[in-house]
Amino acid sequence: MSKPEFVYVTYIETTPEKLWQALTSSEFSKAYWFGTELRSDWRVGSPFALVMDGTTSDVGEILEYDRPRRLSYTFQHVLKEEFRNEQPTKVVFTLEPHGKLVKLTLTHEGFDGVPELLNAISNGWPAILSSLKSLLETGNALAVPMSALGTKGL
Amino acid sequence: MDIAKFKPATVYTIYIASTPEKVWEALTSAEFSKQYFFGNTVEIEQKVGGRYIVRQPDGSLHISGEVAECDPPRKLTFTFNVDWPDLIEKLGPTLVSYEIEPAGDAVRLTMTEWHDRPLSDDILEGGRQGWPAILSSLKSVLETGKPLQVKMGPPARMLAALKELGIKVP
Repeated sequence: MSKPEFVYVTYIETTPEKLWQALTSSEFSKAYWFGTELRSDWRVGSPFALVMDGTTSDVGEILEYDRPRRLSYTFQHVLKEEFRNEQPTKVVFTLEPHGKLVKLTLTHEGFDGVPELLNAISNGWPAILSSLKSLLETGNALAVPMSALGTKGL
Repeated sequence: MDIAKFKPATVYTIYIASTPEKVWEALTSAEFSKQYFFGNTVEIEQKVGGRYIVRQPDGSLHISGEVAECDPPRKLTFTFNVDWPDLIEKLGPTLVSYEIEPAGDAVRLTMTEWHDRPLSDDILEGGRQGWPAILSSLKSVLETGKPLQVKMGPPARMLAALKELGIKVP
C-alpha cells in the first residue's frame, strides 16, 4: 500500500517563469484560488499564509524556493474545527519544461491523520490548478466557486 | 457486460470553461480527439454494447472496447483495451468512465480508470502519465481552440513491467 498523498499533473502552455509568478503572487492567486491571497516573503524558513477576505485559512513555512523549478511549503489548515489539530502536511510544486509547454506536478503529502483532510485537499486542487491553467492560457480564470466542488473542499 | 467487479485505479479530475454538451462532443468525436489524443482518433457507437475504437494516426487499431454506459452528456463508460498481443490475457480488461457535471460556470470532467484485478504502479503508470496530458490538451482545445503539443511515448517503467510479464510491446 502506498502512503496517502495527492498527486496532480497538468500541462500548461506558458513559461516556467510565468507559472512560477502565478504560484507565488497574491494578484494571480486571488483570480485562480477561490479568491485567496498567498502571503509570504518566499524566503526559506519564512511563514506562509492563505488569506481569504481577511481571514487566514491555512498557514505554513517555506521549505524550498528554487525559482523557477521547485517550490515547497508546509500546510496546515487553521479554520475548520475538524482539521485544525492535524499535523502540518507538505506541498511540493515541480515545474519542468516540456517542449513549448510546462509540466506542473503538485504533490501534497504527509497525511497521517483523518482521511477527510486528504479528501478535502483532493477535491480542491484540481479546481485550483485547472483555473490556473485557464488563467495562463486564456487570461481568464474559471468561475468555479468552492461550493460547486461537489463534495466538501477545504 | 458486468462492470461491478471493476475497482478504480486512477482518477483524474479537470475543470473546463465549456458546456457539458461540448465536453461530451470533444470526448466522442473523431475530429476533436485527433487534436488532443496524441493524433489518435476516437470512434464510438453511442449506445450500450456499441463499439469504442481508438485508431493511430496511420489508421491502425490501437485500443478497442465496448460501451457499457452511455448517458449523454453526463456519463460514458467503456472498455479500453490496448491492442498489444497478450495484454488483455495477462492484465485483464481496462474500463474507463467519464463523468461530466456542471460546476459553477464551468464543467467538471472526471476520468476514472478501472481494473478487475490489482495491478502494479509500474503498469498503471501508462494511464497516470497519459491521461493528464490528454485531458490537459482537451481543455486547451475547448478553451483556446488550440491543442497542446504534448510529445511523449509510453513510460519506460511500464514497458519494462509489461516485458517482464511476457507481453510483446511495440
